Amino acid sequence: MKVSYYPGCSLEETAIDYAESIAAVAPLLDLELAELEDWNCCGASAAHSINHTLALDLSARNLLIARQAGLDLVVPCALCFNRLKVAEKALPVPQENKGKTQPPVKVWDLLDYLTQPEFLKSLAGKVVRPLAGLKAVCYYGCLAARPPKVTDKEAYENPGNMEALLRALGAEPLDWSYKTDCCGAGLALARPDIIDTLVKRLYDRALAAGAECFVVSCQMCQANLDLPQKRIAKKAGRDYYLPVLYFTELIGLALAHPEVDKWLARHLVDPRPLLKKLGALSAFA
Amino acid sequence: MSLEKQIAISPAGELAAKLNSAQLPVDACYQCKKCSSGCPLTFAMDLLPDQVIRLALLGQEEQVLGAVTPWVCSSCETCTTRCPNGIDIAGVMDWLKEEALRRGYSIPQVQISRFHQSFLETVRLGGGRLSEPLLLGLYSLRSGKTLEKLKSGELKDELLLGWELVRRGRLKPKLPKKLKGAGEIAAFFAKSER
Repeated sequence: MKVSYYPGCSLEETAIDYAESIAAVAPLLDLELAELEDWNCCGASAAHSINHTLALDLSARNLLIARQAGLDLVVPCALCFNRLKVAEKALPVPQENKGKTQPPVKVWDLLDYLTQPEFLKSLAGKVVRPLAGLKAVCYYGCLAARPPKVTDKEAYENPGNMEALLRALGAEPLDWSYKTDCCGAGLALARPDIIDTLVKRLYDRALAAGAECFVVSCQMCQANLDLPQKRIAKKAGRDYYLPVLYFTELIGLALAHPEVDKWLARHLVDPRPLLKKLGALSAFA
Repeated sequence: MSLEKQIAISPAGELAAKLNSAQLPVDACYQCKKCSSGCPLTFAMDLLPDQVIRLALLGQEEQVLGAVTPWVCSSCETCTTRCPNGIDIAGVMDWLKEEALRRGYSIPQVQISRFHQSFLETVRLGGGRLSEPLLLGLYSLRSGKTLEKLKSGELKDELLLGWELVRRGRLKPKLPKKLKGAGEIAAFFAKSER
């Protein structure tokens, strides 16, 4: 299967681990990712907050490039995904092109794409290293799901596809009620004090659920839960050890991809001690 | 809000009409407060989201355009998702931020408005993609908090964190790829500033 792929700006830098793990696991799932030609920044929260015209123009350009490419568009960043869906709703649907009806290009959130029933089924058969004993809470964040009139999601309050994926990989997803609560990532630089409150609450609820790590599908969530963990621990006067893993890293782990260690080494909260304890990393250690 | 202040409000329809023409109607609000109940940021707000909607409906421009609330709204879209009357509350918050800047209001959360401005400036300077190190640099210059942060030790912590990211290959001091569509992007910026 070949799809268009829109990585977004942060996958070229702070979320390079996400980008690397996606590039590595896609071929294992017989998925070919064709990076969208000449894509631009979606403008993120900044554009829709203070310049709605620019916000729409930036995302519309990406969507039009995708329509020209003619393949479904898969997006790993929740914010970019959301902005593309906003553009999709705002732009007229192309009906005909030179007398031929163009199939509509569907915009997909990467997690949703990879948890379609056929992927989950084939994935379960490819697991060589089940992630037994990995107690995790799935953290979906906001914008891949909300608002549903933009994202077209059905399970926007209580999604379950990441849990289904974890079960297919042999891990133990735990139930908790904060899976779509906001971590405030957009305010991380301007108001770190707000992040301290929001993210500490997520740490505490995850621990209360019995989790040893978070699994995420949004690189803004990853950065916002991973980067300030030391600071939040210091402020709270206690220790936290809650690695924040991408679901694609877990796929790589369970399918024994040889480069997993390289991605994990980029995290600030090093997940390797936890994974070694579970015996999930022994082949690389 | 005190009782006297509530009585002093003289309703005006102008703001609600403007929101209406921006496809952000607020007049269906029946004050169920579902938006405020589900909002994770209320602890940092001066007005609750339902109060912003009510005051907007009553035309209290000074209050809503000068409020902290729209700036600390994280655009998580929980309010918009749950409103039984289909009001795009997060969209109204965006509209208020843009309008407050456009009308030259004094912004109660300059760290946040300057972050947004620095972000867009970084995309413009980069020719269409965001360079994260450039954003960090521009924002540090613009935030006006550098001296304060130096004294409190916050700056040292931030630089150490930056170094940790560089060491792990998550922050590379380079400019983004040059786009073929750079001219098109520059035109979007020019159009939006008119």
